[in-house]
Amino acid sequence: MSAGTRWSVRGIVRATLPVLVALTALELASGLILGTIQSTLLQYPSLLVLVPVTIGTAGNLGSILAARLSTAFHLGTLQFGRDDTLVGNAVATVGLAATVFPILGAGAWALTAAVGEAGLPVSTVVIVSLASGLLLAGLAITVSIAATYAAYRLGLDPDDVVIPVVTNVCDVLGVLVLFGVVQVIV
Amino acid sequence: MTIREVAVGAYREALPILAASAAGGLFAGFVLGGMDAELQRIEGLLVLVPALLATRGNVYGSLGARLGSALHQGLIEPRITLGNERLRAAAAAAVASGLLVSTLAAIMAFALLVTLGRSVAPVWMLVGVALISGLIGGGVLVTTVVTVVLVGYRRGLNPDTLAGPVVTTTGDVVGMATLLVAARIVLAAGGG
Repeated sequence: MSAGTRWSVRGIVRATLPVLVALTALELASGLILGTIQSTLLQYPSLLVLVPVTIGTAGNLGSILAARLSTAFHLGTLQFGRDDTLVGNAVATVGLAATVFPILGAGAWALTAAVGEAGLPVSTVVIVSLASGLLLAGLAITVSIAATYAAYRLGLDPDDVVIPVVTNVCDVLGVLVLFGVVQVIV
Repeated sequence: MTIREVAVGAYREALPILAASAAGGLFAGFVLGGMDAELQRIEGLLVLVPALLATRGNVYGSLGARLGSALHQGLIEPRITLGNERLRAAAAAAVASGLLVSTLAAIMAFALLVTLGRSVAPVWMLVGVALISGLIGGGVLVTTVVTVVLVGYRRGLNPDTLAGPVVTTTGDVVGMATLLVAARIVLAAGGG
Protein backbone atom coordinates (compact mmCIF):
# COMPACT_ATOMS: atom_id res chain seq x y z
CA MET A 1 0.00 0.00 0.00
CA SER A 2 2.78 2.43 0.84
CA ALA A 3 4.55 4.33 -1.89
CA GLY A 4 7.87 3.09 -0.57
CA THR A 5 10.18 5.22 1.50
CA ARG A 6 10.50 7.94 -1.14
CA TRP A 7 7.34 9.96 -0.92
CA SER A 8 6.29 12.10 -3.85
CA VAL A 9 2.96 13.82 -4.31
CA ARG A 10 2.52 12.18 -7.71
CA GLY A 11 3.41 8.73 -6.37
CA ILE A 12 0.96 8.89 -3.50
CA VAL A 13 -1.87 10.25 -5.66
CA ARG A 14 -1.24 7.53 -8.25
CA ALA A 15 -1.25 4.79 -5.65
CA THR A 16 -4.47 5.87 -3.97
CA LEU A 17 -6.52 7.23 -6.89
CA PRO A 18 -7.93 4.00 -8.41
CA VAL A 19 -9.34 2.82 -5.08
CA LEU A 20 -10.72 6.27 -4.31
CA VAL A 21 -12.50 6.50 -7.65
CA ALA A 22 -13.99 3.02 -7.27
CA LEU A 23 -15.22 3.83 -3.76
CA THR A 24 -16.69 7.13 -5.02
CA ALA A 25 -18.71 5.26 -7.65
CA LEU A 26 -20.01 3.02 -4.87
CA GLU A 27 -20.94 6.04 -2.74
CA LEU A 28 -22.79 7.64 -5.66
CA ALA A 29 -25.04 4.58 -5.66
CA SER A 30 -26.07 5.39 -2.11
CA GLY A 31 -26.45 9.04 -3.12
CA LEU A 32 -28.91 7.99 -5.82
CA ILE A 33 -30.99 6.12 -3.24
CA LEU A 34 -31.00 9.25 -1.07
CA GLY A 35 -32.06 11.28 -4.09
CA THR A 36 -34.99 8.90 -4.60
CA ILE A 37 -36.35 9.55 -1.09
CA GLN A 38 -35.35 13.23 -1.05
CA SER A 39 -38.96 14.45 -0.82
CA THR A 40 -39.68 12.20 2.20
CA LEU A 41 -36.44 13.34 3.86
CA LEU A 42 -37.25 17.01 3.28
CA GLN A 43 -40.76 16.49 4.59
CA TYR A 44 -39.49 14.90 7.82
CA PRO A 45 -36.26 16.74 8.76
CA SER A 46 -35.56 14.39 11.71
CA LEU A 47 -34.99 11.61 9.16
CA LEU A 48 -32.64 13.87 7.17
CA VAL A 49 -30.65 14.49 10.38
CA LEU A 50 -30.35 10.71 10.82
CA VAL A 51 -28.75 10.18 7.39
CA PRO A 52 -25.05 11.05 8.00
CA VAL A 53 -24.98 9.52 11.46
CA THR A 54 -26.62 6.26 10.34
CA ILE A 55 -24.13 5.97 7.47
CA GLY A 56 -21.20 6.89 9.72
CA THR A 57 -22.13 4.61 12.59
CA ALA A 58 -22.76 1.67 10.26
CA GLY A 59 -19.31 2.24 8.73
CA ASN A 60 -17.74 2.53 12.18
CA LEU A 61 -19.37 -0.67 13.46
CA GLY A 62 -18.04 -2.47 10.40
CA SER A 63 -14.55 -0.98 10.58
CA ILE A 64 -14.15 -1.60 14.33
CA LEU A 65 -15.21 -5.23 13.88
CA ALA A 66 -12.99 -5.63 10.81
CA ALA A 67 -9.99 -4.09 12.62
CA ARG A 68 -10.49 -6.47 15.56
CA LEU A 69 -10.87 -9.49 13.30
CA SER A 70 -7.76 -8.48 11.30
CA THR A 71 -5.70 -8.15 14.48
CA ALA A 72 -6.99 -11.48 15.83
CA PHE A 73 -6.17 -13.01 12.48
CA HIS A 74 -2.60 -11.63 12.57
CA LEU A 75 -2.17 -12.90 16.13
CA GLY A 76 -3.42 -16.31 15.04
CA THR A 77 -6.26 -16.29 17.58
CA LEU A 78 -9.00 -16.36 14.95
CA GLN A 79 -10.47 -19.39 13.27
CA PHE A 80 -13.30 -19.09 10.81
CA GLY A 81 -16.30 -21.12 11.90
CA ARG A 82 -17.68 -21.45 15.42
CA ASP A 83 -15.00 -19.43 17.14
CA ASP A 84 -15.28 -17.59 20.46
CA THR A 85 -13.45 -14.49 19.19
CA LEU A 86 -15.67 -14.32 16.15
CA VAL A 87 -18.95 -14.88 18.00
CA GLY A 88 -17.98 -12.60 20.90
CA ASN A 89 -17.14 -9.72 18.59
CA ALA A 90 -20.35 -10.25 16.64
CA VAL A 91 -22.39 -10.16 19.87
CA ALA A 92 -20.60 -6.95 20.91
CA THR A 93 -21.45 -5.36 17.54
CA VAL A 94 -25.16 -6.08 18.01
CA GLY A 95 -24.96 -4.76 21.59
CA LEU A 96 -23.26 -1.55 20.43
CA ALA A 97 -25.91 -0.99 17.77
CA ALA A 98 -28.71 -1.62 20.28
CA THR A 99 -27.14 0.95 22.63
CA VAL A 100 -26.23 3.72 20.22
CA PHE A 101 -29.03 3.78 17.63
CA PRO A 102 -32.03 4.48 19.93
CA ILE A 103 -30.07 7.40 21.45
CA LEU A 104 -29.30 8.67 17.95
CA GLY A 105 -32.99 8.52 17.02
CA ALA A 106 -33.98 10.48 20.12
CA GLY A 107 -31.10 12.93 19.53
CA ALA A 108 -32.06 13.52 15.89
CA TRP A 109 -35.65 14.12 16.92
CA ALA A 110 -34.69 16.49 19.76
CA LEU A 111 -32.33 18.52 17.54
CA THR A 112 -35.02 18.91 14.89
CA ALA A 113 -37.74 19.71 17.42
CA ALA A 114 -35.50 22.33 19.06
CA VAL A 115 -35.27 24.42 15.87
CA GLY A 116 -38.65 23.79 14.30
CA GLU A 117 -41.12 21.12 13.35
CA ALA A 118 -39.91 17.53 13.77
CA GLY A 119 -42.80 16.28 11.65
CA LEU A 120 -42.83 12.84 13.26
CA PRO A 121 -43.46 11.56 16.81
CA VAL A 122 -40.28 10.77 18.76
CA SER A 123 -41.29 7.09 19.02
CA THR A 124 -41.34 6.72 15.22
CA VAL A 125 -37.87 8.25 14.83
CA VAL A 126 -36.46 6.04 17.63
CA ILE A 127 -38.01 2.93 16.06
CA VAL A 128 -36.68 3.85 12.60
CA SER A 129 -33.22 4.36 14.08
CA LEU A 130 -33.22 1.17 16.19
CA ALA A 131 -34.60 -1.01 13.40
CA SER A 132 -32.02 0.37 10.94
CA GLY A 133 -29.25 -0.06 13.53
CA LEU A 134 -30.02 -3.71 14.27
CA LEU A 135 -30.33 -4.60 10.60
CA LEU A 136 -27.06 -2.77 9.92
CA ALA A 137 -25.28 -4.56 12.76
CA GLY A 138 -26.25 -7.87 11.17
CA LEU A 139 -25.06 -6.71 7.76
CA ALA A 140 -21.82 -5.21 9.17
CA ILE A 141 -21.03 -8.57 10.80
CA THR A 142 -21.66 -10.46 7.56
CA VAL A 143 -19.64 -8.02 5.43
CA SER A 144 -16.70 -7.81 7.86
CA ILE A 145 -16.37 -11.56 8.27
CA ALA A 146 -16.76 -12.14 4.53
CA ALA A 147 -14.19 -9.44 3.66
CA THR A 148 -11.66 -10.64 6.25
CA TYR A 149 -12.11 -14.22 5.05
CA ALA A 150 -11.79 -13.20 1.39
CA ALA A 151 -8.59 -11.23 2.12
CA TYR A 152 -7.20 -14.26 3.96
CA ARG A 153 -8.05 -16.64 1.11
CA LEU A 154 -6.58 -14.25 -1.48
CA GLY A 155 -3.40 -13.89 0.54
CA LEU A 156 -3.90 -10.16 1.10
CA ASP A 157 -3.13 -8.31 4.31
CA PRO A 158 -6.59 -7.69 5.80
CA ASP A 159 -5.35 -4.37 7.26
CA ASP A 160 -4.85 -2.90 3.78
CA VAL A 161 -7.99 -4.08 2.09
CA VAL A 162 -10.71 -4.93 4.54
CA ILE A 163 -11.25 -1.64 6.34
CA PRO A 164 -11.79 0.66 3.33
CA VAL A 165 -14.01 -1.94 1.67
CA VAL A 166 -16.06 -2.62 4.80
CA THR A 167 -16.45 1.08 5.68
CA ASN A 168 -17.69 2.05 2.24
CA VAL A 169 -19.90 -1.01 1.76
CA CYS A 170 -21.47 -0.31 5.17
CA ASP A 171 -22.00 3.33 4.08
CA VAL A 172 -24.02 2.17 1.11
CA LEU A 173 -25.89 -0.43 3.15
CA GLY A 174 -26.62 2.29 5.73
CA VAL A 175 -28.53 4.32 3.16
CA LEU A 176 -30.22 1.22 1.69
CA VAL A 177 -31.40 0.02 5.09
CA LEU A 178 -32.58 3.50 6.11
CA PHE A 179 -34.48 3.70 2.81
CA GLY A 180 -36.12 0.31 3.39
CA VAL A 181 -37.03 1.03 7.01
CA VAL A 182 -38.45 4.46 6.14
CA GLN A 183 -40.59 2.90 3.39
CA VAL A 184 -41.98 0.31 5.83
CA ILE A 185 -42.47 2.42 8.97
CA VAL A 186 -43.09 6.04 7.90
CA MET B 1 -11.53 -16.35 26.59
CA THR B 2 -15.22 -17.16 26.62
CA ILE B 3 -17.67 -15.58 24.19
CA ARG B 4 -19.02 -13.43 27.02
CA GLU B 5 -15.59 -12.07 27.96
CA VAL B 6 -14.73 -11.29 24.35
CA ALA B 7 -18.08 -9.57 23.81
CA VAL B 8 -17.89 -7.47 27.00
CA GLY B 9 -14.29 -6.45 26.26
CA ALA B 10 -15.03 -5.46 22.67
CA TYR B 11 -18.15 -3.56 23.73
CA ARG B 12 -16.35 -1.55 26.42
CA GLU B 13 -13.45 -0.73 24.13
CA ALA B 14 -15.59 0.46 21.23
CA LEU B 15 -18.43 2.29 22.98
CA PRO B 16 -16.62 5.60 23.81
CA ILE B 17 -15.20 5.93 20.28
CA LEU B 18 -18.50 5.02 18.68
CA ALA B 19 -20.39 7.46 20.92
CA ALA B 20 -17.97 10.33 20.22
CA SER B 21 -18.13 9.75 16.49
CA ALA B 22 -21.93 9.41 16.68
CA ALA B 23 -22.13 12.82 18.39
CA GLY B 24 -20.13 14.28 15.50
CA GLY B 25 -22.39 12.52 13.02
CA LEU B 26 -25.48 13.89 14.72
CA PHE B 27 -24.05 17.41 14.39
CA ALA B 28 -23.35 16.75 10.71
CA GLY B 29 -26.96 15.60 10.34
CA PHE B 30 -28.15 18.73 12.08
CA VAL B 31 -26.32 20.83 9.47
CA LEU B 32 -27.76 18.67 6.67
CA GLY B 33 -31.25 19.01 8.17
CA GLY B 34 -30.87 22.80 8.06
CA MET B 35 -29.74 22.71 4.43
CA ASP B 36 -33.15 21.90 2.96
CA ALA B 37 -33.23 25.19 1.02
CA GLU B 38 -29.80 24.56 -0.55
CA LEU B 39 -30.66 20.91 -1.27
CA GLN B 40 -33.79 21.97 -3.12
CA ARG B 41 -32.10 24.74 -5.07
CA ILE B 42 -29.01 22.76 -6.10
CA GLU B 43 -30.71 19.66 -7.45
CA GLY B 44 -28.47 16.62 -7.22
CA LEU B 45 -26.52 17.93 -4.24
CA LEU B 46 -28.00 15.27 -1.92
CA VAL B 47 -26.85 12.56 -4.36
CA LEU B 48 -23.33 13.92 -3.98
CA VAL B 49 -23.34 14.14 -0.16
CA PRO B 50 -22.36 10.52 0.69
CA ALA B 51 -19.58 10.51 -1.93
CA LEU B 52 -18.09 13.79 -0.69
CA LEU B 53 -18.24 12.76 2.97
CA ALA B 54 -16.74 9.35 2.20
CA THR B 55 -13.96 10.92 0.12
CA ARG B 56 -12.93 13.02 3.13
CA GLY B 57 -12.89 9.89 5.28
CA ASN B 58 -10.97 7.83 2.72
CA VAL B 59 -8.37 10.45 1.75
CA TYR B 60 -7.58 11.76 5.21
CA GLY B 61 -7.97 8.32 6.79
CA SER B 62 -5.27 7.16 4.40
CA LEU B 63 -3.12 10.19 5.33
CA GLY B 64 -3.51 9.29 9.00
CA ALA B 65 -2.61 5.65 8.36
CA ARG B 66 0.41 6.69 6.24
CA LEU B 67 1.71 9.06 8.92
CA GLY B 68 1.10 6.43 11.61
CA SER B 69 3.10 3.80 9.76
CA ALA B 70 5.87 6.29 8.94
CA LEU B 71 6.18 7.28 12.60
CA HIS B 72 6.41 3.61 13.61
CA GLN B 73 9.10 3.05 10.96
CA GLY B 74 10.96 6.22 11.94
CA LEU B 75 10.53 7.68 8.43
CA ILE B 76 9.27 10.98 9.79
CA GLU B 77 10.03 12.85 12.98
CA PRO B 78 7.09 13.61 15.24
CA ARG B 79 7.59 17.35 14.75
CA ILE B 80 5.35 19.67 12.78
CA THR B 81 7.57 21.75 10.49
CA LEU B 82 7.19 22.79 6.88
CA GLY B 83 10.79 21.71 6.34
CA ASN B 84 9.65 18.10 6.77
CA GLU B 85 9.62 17.03 3.15
CA ARG B 86 7.79 13.72 3.54
CA LEU B 87 5.13 15.35 5.69
CA ARG B 88 4.68 18.09 3.10
CA ALA B 89 4.40 15.60 0.24
CA ALA B 90 1.87 13.44 2.11
CA ALA B 91 -0.28 16.45 3.03
CA ALA B 92 -0.16 17.93 -0.49
CA ALA B 93 -0.98 14.54 -2.02
CA ALA B 94 -3.99 14.16 0.30
CA VAL B 95 -5.41 17.57 -0.61
CA ALA B 96 -4.73 16.98 -4.32
CA SER B 97 -6.44 13.57 -4.40
CA GLY B 98 -9.29 14.95 -2.31
CA LEU B 99 -9.92 17.73 -4.85
CA LEU B 100 -9.49 15.42 -7.83
CA VAL B 101 -11.85 12.76 -6.51
CA SER B 102 -14.45 15.30 -5.32
CA THR B 103 -14.52 16.96 -8.75
CA LEU B 104 -14.81 13.58 -10.41
CA ALA B 105 -17.66 12.66 -8.05
CA ALA B 106 -19.52 15.84 -9.00
CA ILE B 107 -19.11 15.15 -12.72
CA MET B 108 -20.10 11.49 -12.29
CA ALA B 109 -23.17 12.45 -10.25
CA PHE B 110 -24.20 14.97 -12.91
CA ALA B 111 -23.74 12.45 -15.74
CA LEU B 112 -25.62 9.78 -13.79
CA LEU B 113 -28.60 12.03 -13.08
CA VAL B 114 -28.76 13.26 -16.68
CA THR B 115 -28.63 9.65 -17.94
CA LEU B 116 -31.45 8.68 -15.58
CA GLY B 117 -33.48 11.63 -16.82
CA ARG B 118 -33.69 13.25 -13.40
CA SER B 119 -33.58 17.01 -12.98
CA VAL B 120 -30.16 18.28 -11.93
CA ALA B 121 -28.44 21.60 -11.32
CA PRO B 122 -25.84 22.85 -13.88
CA VAL B 123 -22.62 20.84 -13.66
CA TRP B 124 -20.53 23.91 -12.68
CA MET B 125 -22.63 24.29 -9.53
CA LEU B 126 -21.95 20.71 -8.39
CA VAL B 127 -18.27 20.94 -9.31
CA GLY B 128 -18.08 24.32 -7.57
CA VAL B 129 -19.52 22.93 -4.35
CA ALA B 130 -17.17 19.93 -4.51
CA LEU B 131 -14.09 22.08 -5.15
CA ILE B 132 -14.80 24.81 -2.60
CA SER B 133 -15.75 22.37 0.16
CA GLY B 134 -12.80 20.14 -0.77
CA LEU B 135 -10.37 23.04 -0.51
CA ILE B 136 -11.60 24.51 2.80
CA GLY B 137 -12.29 21.09 4.32
CA GLY B 138 -8.93 19.78 3.10
CA GLY B 139 -7.04 22.58 4.83
CA VAL B 140 -8.84 22.00 8.11
CA LEU B 141 -8.54 18.21 7.94
CA VAL B 142 -4.83 18.14 7.03
CA THR B 143 -4.10 20.38 9.98
CA THR B 144 -6.24 18.27 12.32
CA VAL B 145 -4.90 14.89 11.20
CA VAL B 146 -1.24 15.94 11.21
CA THR B 147 -1.55 17.63 14.61
CA VAL B 148 -3.51 14.83 16.27
CA VAL B 149 -1.33 12.02 14.91
CA LEU B 150 2.03 13.69 15.64
CA VAL B 151 1.08 15.14 19.01
CA GLY B 152 -0.67 11.90 19.98
CA TYR B 153 2.44 9.92 19.04
CA ARG B 154 4.66 12.18 21.14
CA ARG B 155 2.32 11.62 24.09
CA GLY B 156 2.66 7.86 23.68
CA LEU B 157 -0.66 7.13 21.97
CA ASN B 158 -0.83 4.66 19.11
CA PRO B 159 -1.53 6.69 15.93
CA ASP B 160 -3.13 3.62 14.33
CA THR B 161 -6.06 3.58 16.73
CA LEU B 162 -6.19 7.36 17.04
CA ALA B 163 -6.34 8.39 13.37
CA GLY B 164 -9.46 6.47 12.30
CA PRO B 165 -12.04 7.85 14.73
CA VAL B 166 -10.56 11.37 14.61
CA VAL B 167 -10.82 11.40 10.83
CA THR B 168 -14.37 9.99 10.68
CA THR B 169 -15.65 12.45 13.26
CA THR B 170 -13.93 15.63 12.09
CA GLY B 171 -14.47 14.50 8.49
CA ASP B 172 -18.25 14.35 8.96
CA VAL B 173 -18.47 17.60 10.91
CA VAL B 174 -16.04 19.60 8.77
CA GLY B 175 -17.31 17.95 5.58
CA MET B 176 -20.93 18.94 6.22
CA ALA B 177 -20.08 22.44 7.47
CA THR B 178 -17.89 23.20 4.44
CA LEU B 179 -20.57 21.73 2.15
CA LEU B 180 -23.07 24.24 3.53
CA VAL B 181 -20.62 27.14 3.11
CA ALA B 182 -19.72 25.99 -0.42
CA ALA B 183 -23.39 25.60 -1.41
CA ARG B 184 -24.13 29.15 -0.21
CA ILE B 185 -21.11 30.56 -2.10
CA VAL B 186 -22.13 28.77 -5.30
CA LEU B 187 -25.75 29.91 -4.98
CA ALA B 188 -24.61 33.49 -4.39
CA ALA B 189 -22.30 33.29 -7.42
CA GLY B 190 -25.13 31.87 -9.52
CA GLY B 191 -27.24 34.88 -8.66
CA GLY B 192 -29.89 32.55 -7.24
